[in-house]
Amino acid sequence: MKTKKPKNIFKEGAISSEFIANSIAHHQVKTQIGAHNIFLGQVRADEIDGKKVASIEYTAHEEMANQKFHEIREAAFEKFDLSCMHIYHSLGKVKAGEICLFVFVSSPRRKEVFPAIKFIVEEIKENVPVFGKEIFEDKSHQWKVNT
Amino acid sequence: MELSIKYFGLLAEITNCSEENLSFSGKTVSDLKEHLFQKHPTLKLNDFQIAQDNELVENETEIIGIEIALLPPFAGG
Repeated sequence: MKTKKPKNIFKEGAISSEFIANSIAHHQVKTQIGAHNIFLGQVRADEIDGKKVASIEYTAHEEMANQKFHEIREAAFEKFDLSCMHIYHSLGKVKAGEICLFVFVSSPRRKEVFPAIKFIVEEIKENVPVFGKEIFEDKSHQWKVNT
Repeated sequence: MELSIKYFGLLAEITNCSEENLSFSGKTVSDLKEHLFQKHPTLKLNDFQIAQDNELVENETEIIGIEIALLPPFAGG
C-alpha cells in the first residue's frame, strides 16, 4: 500500500494509547497480515547535572522531514515484504513518560517485521530533521542530540 | 541572489532569528557559511548541517536554491 506523495506524519503533542489501540484495531480487516511489529519512543526523564527532564518540546523542518519519512517508507517497502507501514511523530511538548514516536509495520510473515522496524527507527533517528528541547523541572533547558 | 535562510532548534535560539532573507553574491555553501558566520558569530561554535531546497549539501556544493535551512543535530524519536 504505497503512497506516492509525502504524507504529514506529525501530530501535535503526545501520541495517546487510544490512538495506538485504534490503529491496531483498524488492521483487523486486513486478513493477509500475519505479523505486526510496533516501536514506541517514550520521553525519558533523564537526569543531567542533578536536574530532571520534565518534557521535550519537538520542532522540525516539517517539509524536509516529511520528505525524508517518505524516502524511508519507500526504502522499507523496497527492502522488506511489508503489507503496510505507519509512522507518527510528535511536535510540540511531550511530557516524560508520554509517547513521541509510533512506528507500526505489518507483513504476512514475522521474519520481515523485526529487521524492518529496526531499519525504520534507525533511519528516523539519523536522517530526519527533528529537534528536541529538553525542558527541566526548573524550566531551564538544553537541546537534545541523538546518540 | 536572494536567499531565504531558516534557522532551526538551537540555531534559532542563538541567532535570535528563525527566518531571514539574505542577498548573497558568493558561489558555494562554504561562501554562504562565511557570510553567515560574519552575521551571526555564535554559529561558529555550533555543529550544523545545511539543506538547500530540502536536500543536505556539502561545503563545495554550489548555491542554486532559494530555500536554505540550517539544521542542528537531529533529535527525533
